[in-house]
Amino acid sequence: MPVFDLATTELRDLNASLHALDKDGGNEEFEVTNPRGAHAVAVGIDAPVNVQIKGSVGYYCAGMNETANITVHGNAGPGVAENMMSGKVVIKGDASQYAGATAHGGLLVIEGNASSRCGISMKGIDIVVKGNIGHMSAFMAQSGNLVVLGDAGDALGDSLYEARLFVRGTVKSLGADCIKKDMRPEHIEILAKLLSDAGITDVKPEEFTRYGSARQLYNFNIDNADAY
Amino acid sequence: MCGIVGLFLKDKSLEPQLGALLSEMLVTMTDRGPDSAGIAIYGTDQNNLAKLTIQSPEPETDFAGLTDELRAAGIANASILPKSTHAVITVGADQIDATRAALAELRPNIRVMGTGNVMEIYKEVGLPKDVVERFKITDMSGTHGIGHTRMATESAVTTLGAHPFSTGSDQCLVHNGSLSNHNNLRRELSHQGIRMETENDSEVAAAYLTGEMAKGKNLGEALTSALDDLDGFFTFVVGTKSGFGVVRDPIACKPAVMAETDAYVAFGSEYRALVNLPGIEDARVWEPEPATVYFWEH
Repeated sequence: MPVFDLATTELRDLNASLHALDKDGGNEEFEVTNPRGAHAVAVGIDAPVNVQIKGSVGYYCAGMNETANITVHGNAGPGVAENMMSGKVVIKGDASQYAGATAHGGLLVIEGNASSRCGISMKGIDIVVKGNIGHMSAFMAQSGNLVVLGDAGDALGDSLYEARLFVRGTVKSLGADCIKKDMRPEHIEILAKLLSDAGITDVKPEEFTRYGSARQLYNFNIDNADAY
Repeated sequence: MCGIVGLFLKDKSLEPQLGALLSEMLVTMTDRGPDSAGIAIYGTDQNNLAKLTIQSPEPETDFAGLTDELRAAGIANASILPKSTHAVITVGADQIDATRAALAELRPNIRVMGTGNVMEIYKEVGLPKDVVERFKITDMSGTHGIGHTRMATESAVTTLGAHPFSTGSDQCLVHNGSLSNHNNLRRELSHQGIRMETENDSEVAAAYLTGEMAKGKNLGEALTSALDDLDGFFTFVVGTKSGFGVVRDPIACKPAVMAETDAYVAFGSEYRALVNLPGIEDARVWEPEPATVYFWEH
């Protein structure tokens, strides 16, 4: 198993090795030690590799990920898994701002809390947060699922398009055009699968409330023309 | 962008290392802002003495003979300790204003960076590592300190535009962000008689807090008022003689990480700044909440 100690190895060597992997390769294991808050750790991987990062990372860890399985044994800085396409990213600690921003696919699991703008402009990613999320989360979220076992901050789902938001705790306030919706059987099914994929067994899908778009804001309405 | 750091020691045995720890934190943040850097250090209170940290573009000529000239001007017991472009003038605790007036007369080119019983401020254009080395910050001991490395947005890259800003005795502030109502506030604060030296937005924030504390508020109360009265983006770290505070605006775009152990409270724009602190592995590490005031007092 390749081990990259970032106290003695350049970050670029790590990322270059990860980028050189075969797209159709086996599930090789990589270990990264002493990340010490470094930026852009394990970004742009396009291979089914397992990466274990032993410590806290800075900006943009696991960004643009495709098919890799990345675990951060610590906290993550801003923009973790930003623009992820597929694969799985697990943060054992907390995540800072805009976790999973603009991401198209894959699963991001945050075992601690996520701060503001979690899932901003998400375009198909599934995000499961075991703790709480901060304000303006899922702002302009277009598609995918955001699951929160704890509470959500102010302005959840502001200017939301078609992403589904599931919150188990309280929501401090809903953003413009975001409303509470019924949990139908298909939502219970989706949520049960997401919880299972995230390794969560002690929480039932029925405990969550679903939020989504009222669809009043994103279609052009001729009656509003005077407002522009 | 800018990088800010702060360290407030609870464990006295760490005090001799304050300058070294804070310097390392600041140097780690260099790539967040390479224009200029500065540090404020809170040292030991010497009974009945006060300090003025001054700066001159021509230190050799300006600092020469200044001790004698200040004494001749009525500042008995004035003594000056030059450090590169800066110098610390020690005077009687009640002589700060008189010393300021005498300096304006004797050395009009000299700028007063800060005053107080315990605080010294060093700031210059250049990389943090050069600024730290120039002023031998790593040798300094103290109870708490704050630092800043600047990427200028709202005013020019000059020594005076560097942070920390001090607008009151033993008070200083570092800022990551930009304010949008600083011109109006500057006018209002000037009318209240609060001294500001620059066109910089962050200095207005420092002056605002000075004004609020002059009304009798403690640091925490002043920071709470700031959330109502300051408009724009900010993460502030603020020092007073015995206190250390942090506040972020409600949008909280400007990054912040804090760590606390039995030995210290530390602030960094990023976690990278904190990784060399003793016992960081077991510290409580968290991101300060938006629009929430955090402060500690010795």
